[in-house]
Amino acid sequence: MPTYRPDRPGTHPDYDSPAYRSTALRHPTKPLHLLPQRLTEVTGPLFGADRVQPGDDDLTHWAGGEAVGQRIIVHGRVMDSGGRPVPDTLLEVWQANAGGRYRHPVDQWAAPLDPHFAGHGRTAADSDGHYRFTTIKPGAYPWKNHANAWRPAHIHFSLFGQAFTQRLVTQMYFPDDPLFFQDPIFNSVPDERGRARMVSAYDHDVTTDHWALGFRFDIVLRGREQTPFESEPDDD
Amino acid sequence: MTEFGATPSQTVGPFLSIGLVWADGAQVAAADTMGGIEIAGQVFDGAGEVVPDALIEIWQADPDGRFPHPDDPRGAVTYPGFRSFGRCATDATGHFSFHTLKPGRVDDEQAPHVDVTVLARGLLKHLVTRLYFPDETAANVADPVLATLAEDERARLVAVDIDGTLHFDIHLQGERETPFFTV
Repeated sequence: MPTYRPDRPGTHPDYDSPAYRSTALRHPTKPLHLLPQRLTEVTGPLFGADRVQPGDDDLTHWAGGEAVGQRIIVHGRVMDSGGRPVPDTLLEVWQANAGGRYRHPVDQWAAPLDPHFAGHGRTAADSDGHYRFTTIKPGAYPWKNHANAWRPAHIHFSLFGQAFTQRLVTQMYFPDDPLFFQDPIFNSVPDERGRARMVSAYDHDVTTDHWALGFRFDIVLRGREQTPFESEPDDD
Repeated sequence: MTEFGATPSQTVGPFLSIGLVWADGAQVAAADTMGGIEIAGQVFDGAGEVVPDALIEIWQADPDGRFPHPDDPRGAVTYPGFRSFGRCATDATGHFSFHTLKPGRVDDEQAPHVDVTVLARGLLKHLVTRLYFPDETAANVADPVLATLAEDERARLVAVDIDGTLHFDIHLQGERETPFFTV
């Protein structure tokens, strides 16, 4: 049975992150107990292309028309921390429209809804962990966390990987966003290198002439502990 | 070996329902499957207020204690009408519910259990807990995971049978804080 090694300290945010005010009443106050990895934890739902319908990987068309905004192609590779590809896994994404507005009753930000942008998509990685979808670059938007608070533009990602231990929900950001300095969600990640891993890279090789800008976002899930056999040098 | 740093976790935020709600999410077992059970609960914050923007996911063995997964050493099996996984967003009053089958014993040590994942606005990383069954008193006493908890904490992980529905409330914080795990 495989086991999954812990991520390096500083990789993930602390539950208690006072700068992000919503954590105040929602973080556990007691130390977490250790759940040994047994069969329930090293297995997990294996969702992939079975949850994806044709067109789910293109967010730029909805309700009979084209969404407004900068068309972008987001692609990358899902792998584990050992560098192994995570094949055939489902990626679910959701985001604000070009004006920074979500199609959600709770979002009252005074930017218009786009009648042709729903803001959610799905795709599955291929056998080598590569994924790709087309969308609109989301806008930044204000929120009430602190004075003049603005979320940097981001796309929400949800992945299952291949085990309960690999579950990841994260946000993809865009390079050189001037709003990073004041965002407590982005800055909740203690390690600067960790924060950098949430920022996509502009990718001119994927940018398509007269069509869309390309961005690359590789996603790294928890890796398995190596067995002694696997760590032996390969003589072949 | 090169080790790649993992991608950090971030909150699902308040608009998670746009991307993560599945029409069939709460149906771990098909509605007409024999022996179905209901699991239901409510999510509360540290002030005792309901949490209307959480997502609960469950992962569990089938009634034979097996998983549809290649790392189950007994081999992957599919139980008819059952998929081991469920997902349910909380409603305006913090309620969630699942239709499922009671899991069998995964091994000779652990009591029947359901792994529970909690995602919400204000949670920068998902939380993990476990649900145990109230009709498994002897197995629960012998369970090696429950054994690591204090008695009052153990009791909080055992669902309460009220009129045939298994109730499992989740308290993110406070006096009745749910015991959470790191995996």
